[in-house]
Amino acid sequence: MMQTFRRRISPVQVLVLTALWLLLNQTLALGHLLLGVALAVVLAWGGSTLRPLSARLRRIDVAAALACVVLLDIVRSNIAVARIVLSPYGNRKLHSGFLDIPLELRDPHGLATLAMIVTSTPGTVWVGLSPDGTLLRLHVLDLVDEAHWIELFKNRYEQRLMRIFE
Amino acid sequence: MNGMDLPLWAAVPAALLLVIGGLLSVIGALGMLRLPDFYTRMHPPTMGTTLGVGSVLIASMLVSSALLHRPVFHELLITLFVVLSTPVTAMLLIRAAVTRERKPPEEQQ
Repeated sequence: MMQTFRRRISPVQVLVLTALWLLLNQTLALGHLLLGVALAVVLAWGGSTLRPLSARLRRIDVAAALACVVLLDIVRSNIAVARIVLSPYGNRKLHSGFLDIPLELRDPHGLATLAMIVTSTPGTVWVGLSPDGTLLRLHVLDLVDEAHWIELFKNRYEQRLMRIFE
Repeated sequence: MNGMDLPLWAAVPAALLLVIGGLLSVIGALGMLRLPDFYTRMHPPTMGTTLGVGSVLIASMLVSSALLHRPVFHELLITLFVVLSTPVTAMLLIRAAVTRERKPPEEQQ
């Protein structure tokens, strides 16, 4: 079934793509600015057929808070995984396993962000969503307390993502 | 460009960050060797691609900014692209492993 939609150019997308271009070229020259805007408009226009959904960031402050939490967690889990790898053979007990988390988050951009968070945190890997999107399966390197883990995950990431995107 | 004109305030933290980044990558590689199975081996290399790459990039920003006498921060883009693209490869790998482990339909009852 074909879905019809209006091609529209999102100004935020154009702004971000232009900023990306200027940052890549490390310049603020007028020529590059014009070229960047032209490229951004064309790309945003072309991209709108690939992805008709547009994301809406509702709460910038929550997004900033989430970014801080994630950065902190990345540092912490790096240390935790390093500790597991470096621990001597004999007394090492690995509690790795799959973990199913019931998800309330439905927004595709929220889910994409969640996938990036999960993958960039050492110790957790995204395995997949159930076909109906209600259950997220992760593989966790150090799975000690499942219930505690699920609660932590929901409070730290899912609640915030729902407030940002839904 | 030589090392002599690099001021101390940039050289010391940059050196520290490079050592940290290198250590994290080495520990990540070591984890690939030491951990017992495919799923657990997925985890340690992530250290190299997150905090490891992160500290090398911050070191790069410090050194280039100090040498060029202007803020240089387009390294941030590398972080952005790494963060955007790693989930794709990670998911492909782990889905492949899960699919291989799944029993063929005639064995499932």
